This record gives sequence, C-alpha cells and structure tokens, in this order.
Amino acid sequence: MTFVTFFAGSGIQSALEPAGAHAARIGRLWDVFLIISAVVWLLVMIALFIALARRKREETPDGAARARTTVSIATAITLVTLAALLVASVLTGRAIADHAPPGTIQLKVTGKQWWWQVEYDDPDKSKRFTDANEIHIPVGVPVNIQLHSSDVIHSFWIPNLNGKQDLIPGHDGSIQLQATRPGIYRGQCAEFCGLQHAKMALWVHAMTQSDYANWLTAARQPSKIPSTPEQRKGEEVFMSSPCPLCHTIQGTDAGGKTGPDLTHFAGRRSIAAGTWPNRRGYLAGWIVDPQHIKPGSQMPPMLLDEGQLQPLLAYLESLQ
Amino acid sequence: MSAMETTPYALPDSDAEHEQLQKTWGPRRGPFSWFSQIDHRTIGRRFIVTAFVWFGLGGLLAALMRIQLAKPNNTFLSADQYNQIFTMHGTTMMFLFAVPVMEAVAIYIIPLMLGTRGLAFPRATAYAYYMFLFGGTMLYVAFFLNMAPDAGWFNYVPLSAPQFSPGKRIDIWAQLVNFTEISALTVAVEIIVTIFKQRAPGMSINRMPLYVWSMLVTAFMIVFAMPAVMVASNYIGLDRLVGTHFFNKAEGGDVLLWQHLFWFFGHPEVYIIFIPALGMVSTIITVFCRRKIFGYTAMVLSLVATAFIGFGLWVHHMFATGLPQSGQSYFTAASMMIAVPSGVQIFCWIATIAMGKPEFRPPLMFVLGFVAIFVLGGLTGVMLAAVPLNLQLHDTFFVVAHLHYVLIGGAVFPLLGALFFWFPKMTGRLMNERWGHISFWLTFAGFNVTFFPQHKLGLVGMPRRIYTYLPETGWGPLNLLSTIGAGILALGVLCFVVNALYSMKRGAIAGSNPWHAPTLEWATTSPPPHYNFLHLPTVSSTEPLWDHPENAPVVTGLALKKREVLITRLFDAEPDHLYLYPGTTPWAFLSAVATGGMFVALLFTPWALPIGVAIATTTLLCWFWPSSPRDEGEAPEQP
Repeated sequence: MTFVTFFAGSGIQSALEPAGAHAARIGRLWDVFLIISAVVWLLVMIALFIALARRKREETPDGAARARTTVSIATAITLVTLAALLVASVLTGRAIADHAPPGTIQLKVTGKQWWWQVEYDDPDKSKRFTDANEIHIPVGVPVNIQLHSSDVIHSFWIPNLNGKQDLIPGHDGSIQLQATRPGIYRGQCAEFCGLQHAKMALWVHAMTQSDYANWLTAARQPSKIPSTPEQRKGEEVFMSSPCPLCHTIQGTDAGGKTGPDLTHFAGRRSIAAGTWPNRRGYLAGWIVDPQHIKPGSQMPPMLLDEGQLQPLLAYLESLQ
Repeated sequence: MSAMETTPYALPDSDAEHEQLQKTWGPRRGPFSWFSQIDHRTIGRRFIVTAFVWFGLGGLLAALMRIQLAKPNNTFLSADQYNQIFTMHGTTMMFLFAVPVMEAVAIYIIPLMLGTRGLAFPRATAYAYYMFLFGGTMLYVAFFLNMAPDAGWFNYVPLSAPQFSPGKRIDIWAQLVNFTEISALTVAVEIIVTIFKQRAPGMSINRMPLYVWSMLVTAFMIVFAMPAVMVASNYIGLDRLVGTHFFNKAEGGDVLLWQHLFWFFGHPEVYIIFIPALGMVSTIITVFCRRKIFGYTAMVLSLVATAFIGFGLWVHHMFATGLPQSGQSYFTAASMMIAVPSGVQIFCWIATIAMGKPEFRPPLMFVLGFVAIFVLGGLTGVMLAAVPLNLQLHDTFFVVAHLHYVLIGGAVFPLLGALFFWFPKMTGRLMNERWGHISFWLTFAGFNVTFFPQHKLGLVGMPRRIYTYLPETGWGPLNLLSTIGAGILALGVLCFVVNALYSMKRGAIAGSNPWHAPTLEWATTSPPPHYNFLHLPTVSSTEPLWDHPENAPVVTGLALKKREVLITRLFDAEPDHLYLYPGTTPWAFLSAVATGGMFVALLFTPWALPIGVAIATTTLLCWFWPSSPRDEGEAPEQP
C-alpha cells in the first residue's frame, strides 16, 4: 500500500493528477503499466528467492527438462505481456494524437531564451493579441497550440493537461490541450535550452467558458490609461527609459518585440517566466537587478532612483 | 578443491625456460620503458585505473549536483557551474568511464580467458590507452579553466551552435568525443581479431565463455555505432570552426539531423555498456553457483539479438520531437521487444541458480543486486517505450532514475562484482570479503535511496537539467532524500576502493585459482607471467578447468626467444599458424602525442590539421617501419 500511495502524487505540475482529457488518458495507461510492472518485478524477485533458497540440489535430466519448460513459459508470458502493453500504448497514442476539430481555439506559443510568448489568433485581425508566460483556456474546449522556436530547442509541457512537445527551430509542431476542470496549472520547459533552462516556466489558467469569454474581451483591449499622477509619472519613466525598445504596451508608443508584451502585465501571477510572484517588492528587484535573479537573461539592469522606481512600479501595476 | 590449487599450464618445466620467456615477453628496461610498454596486462591495468579516476571525478560532480538540488532555491552552485557540471558528469560517465572500463577489463581478461599470450595489435592497445588518457585530461584541464562544455552530454544543436555557444566549450566536447571514439574503435577491432583468431585450440565458437561472447558482440556494436557520433562531432566541429552549415537551418542545415546521428550511436551505447556486464554476470553466476550456465545457446542468441535490436530504437529518445504515429509505433515495438532477450537471460540465470549451489560471496551479492535493480530499470524502460507515457516522462527525473537503474544497476554492479572476482588474478591477492559485503550493502541501499525517489519526482513534474526549483513545487523532501542516498552510495563505493587499495598490498595471497573457476584465465599464476601461459592450454568444453585439466593436452613448441602467438581458425579454433608478435615501442605513445596534439591545436586553428596530419603520419611510419625479426631475448637493451 505504501507503494501505491508513493505514486499517488499531487501538485500543480504533476502528471499524476490529470486535469485534461489527454493527461487523463495517459494517466490510465500509466496505471496499467505501473500495476503490470510491479507484478512482474515481484514475480521475478520471488522466483529468484525460491532459486536461492531451494534445498534440493540433485541435478537430474528431469530437472533440466523442467527448467527448460519453465524458462520457455516465462519467455512466452513476457512476449504476451509486452504485446498487450504495446497494443494499449498504441491505442492510447491514437486517442491523444493531434487532430484539431473545427471550432478549436488556435494559439501560437513561441519559446524564447528563457520565456514563452503566447499569441491568440483570430480571423479578425483586430481581435488578435499577444501575452507572455501565461495561457488562458476555457474548460471543455479543445485548444490547438502551434509551437514555434526562433532560437534553440525548448519543450512545452503542462503535465496536468498533456504530455510534452518540443519546439524545434525549423520544425513547427503543435499540441492540444483540453482542460476538464477549472484551475491553474504550471508547466516548465523540459528540453535543456541553456543557462536559465530552470527558470522558464508558464501558467495555464483553465477557466469556465463564461470567465474565459470575459477574460478574452478584456485581454483584447489596449492597456488602461494611467489614472493617478503617480501612474502618469511612471508611464513617463517607462517611455523615457530603454523599456519600450524591448516591450510592447498596446495603446501606447511602446512597441518593442524582444521582451514580453506588457499590455496586461498586472494580471499576471508571476514575473521572469514563473520565477517570482508578481508583487511589488519582487518586481522592483527584477527591474533594478534582473541579472541577480536570472543571470544571462536579456533584461538589462535599470538605473533608476527611488523617485522614478516607485512611480514606474505603480504604472506597471495599473496595466490591468 | 583447495584454494591454492595450481594447474599444469601455470608451471614452467624449468626456471631457465621461465626466465627466458619473461625476458622475451617482458618490458624493456630503460628510462622511457614506461611509455613503450605494450602488453595487455600492463595497459589493461592502467586503463582500468584511469577509467576509475574519471569515475571518481564524475562521481564527485554528481555529489555537487545532489548538494545543489537538496533544497529549493539553493545557491551552492551557479547556473553556469551547474550546467557545466551536469554536462561533465554525463560526458565523463559515458565517454570516459562506462565504455572504456568495459574495454579495459576485456583488454586484461580476454587474452587470458582465450589462453593466448597477448591481445592482437598490442601497439594499438597502447595507442588507444594514451588517446583515452589525453582526451580525459584535456576535458578536465578545460573544466578547471572554467571552459568545460555546458550543452549537455547529448550536445543538442542549435544550443551548441556557434551563435548560442560562443567560445571553446563545445569544441572541447567535440574533440573529447574524437579522442574517446578513436580509442574505443581501436580496442574494439583488437578484441574482435583476438577472439576470432587467438582462441586456444579446441575453443570452437560454441565453447567460448559467455563473457567472451559478450565482448565479441559489444566490439561489433562499437564498430557500427561509434562512427555515427564521430560524424556528428566532426560536423559540429566544422560548423563551429570553419563555418559549414550541417546544422544551421538558415543555410539549409537541419537541427534534427544531430539528434538522429547522436542517438543512432547513443542508444547502442547503452547496450555497449550493458552487454559486457551480462557476460560478467554469467561468469560470476557460473562460478558461485558451481554450475555451468543453463541455456548457453539461448544466452548467446539473446546477446546477439540485443545487439541487433539495440540499433533499431534510437528514435525513442525523440518521441517529443513530433514524428508520425506509424513511425513511432515501430520504435515502440522495437523498444519493448528488446526486453525479451533480457528476460530470457534473467530466466536462464535464475534457472542456473536454482539448479546450482549458490555461495553468497561478494561477487554473487553484486550480481543479485544487479538482478533486483536491473529488472526494475528494464520495466521503467518498457514504460518509456510507450509513446504516450514517454511524452509525460521524457526529460524528467523519471528518466534520470531509469537510466541510473539500467547503467549503475545493469553495469556498475556487475562490474564491481567482476572486479572483486578478477582482482586476485590481476594482483595476486584477494580482496577482503567482509568489506566486500559491507560495500555491497552500502551501494545497494544508497543506490535505491538515491534513485527510487527520482521516479516520483519526474511524475510530479521535475524536469532534468534544472539547477534549481521553487519551494512551491513540493520537490524538496524527495530531493533531500535522494541527496542523502547519494551520500550512502558514495560511502559504499569508497569502501570498495579502499578495500581494493588495501588488498593490493595486504590482501591474502590468492594462488592461481582461488574461486575454483572454470575458465582459462585461472589456469595460470596470479598475476600471470609476462607470457601468460607456458604451454598453451587446449579446451574441450565451455568449462575447461572443471573437466580434469591435468589430462588435457597442451600446445608446446613455441619459440622461447621469439614472441610467437598461435593463430587458430575462426570457427573450430584448429591451430593454423604461428604469428610473430611485435615488440615494445615508444612510437605508439608518440603517435598518440601527435594525434592528441593535433586534436587540441584544432581547437584554435584549422591549420593544425595539415601540420598535425604530417607529424602523425611520420610517427605512424616509424611505428610501422619493418624491422627484421630478431630474438627478443637477445636484443640489445635500450640505453
């Protein structure tokens, strides 16, 4: 029983607690493999112990014949078991294979050293928008994610929802997610992609369909216009520093493409691709000294005095 | 069945004969004699010791990683240090330890087991050793200069391409591969030729000990697998050094090409490490269960089948790259079917144990530990072969657990058992059995505490190759457990090494056949004389020393003053002709210096190639310069 509970598992980034159609099917296949493997291992160990503990040591032609039969039967059982596992594996593989039914939501995720760019597609150009390090999906609807990399190989993996798929430069791939219950699930890059491979995480928000519709409407809007004097001062700081060279804020002049889109920055759970919570203290540290938190990141340190930093933080926190 | 039993082959007819042969086959004296030694026992011992030095360093690196991962947000290592260290650990263990140590043991044991006086192409053996030594030294010098490779032992492009990895780090990795592959290929050819042509008369192919079979299969696998990675490492070297575009997609290259080339080598590599261990297991079970292996033919066919299937599963390392379904199914089927020959061998061993009389001495303990660990590792391998499971488990700590179960459990445990077993042959002294048991139980317990929890870590989302993780992931406790286990495992290995070092000087005198083992290496003194056997043994079964060797005919009439080796026929091992064995030479060493120097200089300039080739060719000319056959015993000693 300890064995079973050991593999029961839980967590926001766990293949053992499926919250998606694909992960659930894989989870069932895992149960089959785990149980059969445990039984096989135990049987082999029991056979080994019996062999070691046997008392009768007289070698007879009869004994050798019996051993031959036993080994043949064991081999036959091995073959049959493996064939059964193969069939189970192929059937599950077919069931979770990529196919995008009509009406599927289309997203494009681009892996970059070391963060994720998320683009929401729409036939209507004005409804397209870009986000970073977080994906919002409605529960119960298949979502097809085009995977793309423009630098090195990354791997997209949200264990609670589905297995992983590599993002390979020159070989665009895709993966489907279909959440079965609302929740927030974490994933992180699974293919070694350089210095900060460990700090390249993302969040998936699986929302009820009405929540998703509301979120989508808000996400398509440009950023809020600053409402307080401090926020307006912060916007000035942002626009007059190097920030706009790399970051876009829809509705302003900031249009850089190197770093994450900040249009709705304040709604994000975390900063630096899932490294720290998106709270004022962490954000200040990240802006002033990003190389301390994530050495090698493309974000340069900003030399700001206190009179600039606080307004900038207030502005960023207003980007709902 | 006395422990000090001697056998007829070991005893020279007279001291004069013995002394003359020692002189003929022994090393030259002189200030540089260390560099001109070519005999398989000397080179084999050096090879084993060197491989274990790299193993120790690789283990230390693993310990550093375990300390870093013991708790979340740890800052013991920086990201850059961690990435260099995990790359060094994998590279060391795969290229500098696992394959070389298996070849090293074979260099020492195979000629003795075949009843011959040396390994074929002995100068090449020395060359292979020095290439291996120089390659590893280069890698560790680079590491201490903060120039170690940092793109993983698998070195995927485009991360390892010039624009993402400037500097020399990746070039050093690529050259290390060249060093070790040249070494591995050279030894593989020697092993094949020795096994084919130098077996004792009567040792027809169906009487070869299973360890010899396993090394024959392994050597063929090396010959077919290693060229793929040499092609890959030279492509990446060219991309980086002279701007070719094998892997540059902007210029028509392809990044997946790297993965195919690398895993076409990389997967057979696992079996190259594992199959020699299977031979060791069969050897140890035979001796310590006092019974010949049940199902010899099935065992041999299983080894061969494993080798063939082993070349057909490389794509299971690439399931997440998005291949078509039907192609994936083929590789799933092949990956699962390779469990069948492994299963057959496990069943045959269990049958052998059941019909034998097991003696629970340390070598057998390591083999029993191997069975428990390896069966589990094989089963997780079957899980990884299933595409849907693989997509969840690939590149997570589950795979880390799996690969250590099959490589430490499948290869290092049998290797430690085999070293305990062959130690008296190599040194003349026995290792301490009590400490043998202690080191077994420590490594066995430490191993499982280290790696079993990692299965769970992978399932709950911990990817490989991350230098740190957040507390909210919940991975902390299992990682701490794993780190504690690593400490126990290290202690166990340390006990084994200290036992070996102590026993080398103080162990009980072994005698020629302390285990009453059946194969020919035990038919000569421990350690063997320079000439291995005075009268070459003949055999009439797979266990020659168990069927009244005192009555077995021996081959006499080999010259005393010439290095003569008996060549036998490929299948039936009928005596064919005598072959004059080459003498000691410093040119193998100097050739390795020239080739190695060229490889290192190539890191800095393409001009190293023409100049280096010219120098290396000169050394090879000197090496192969024909000399008139002379009587070794009478040759003038070097100044």
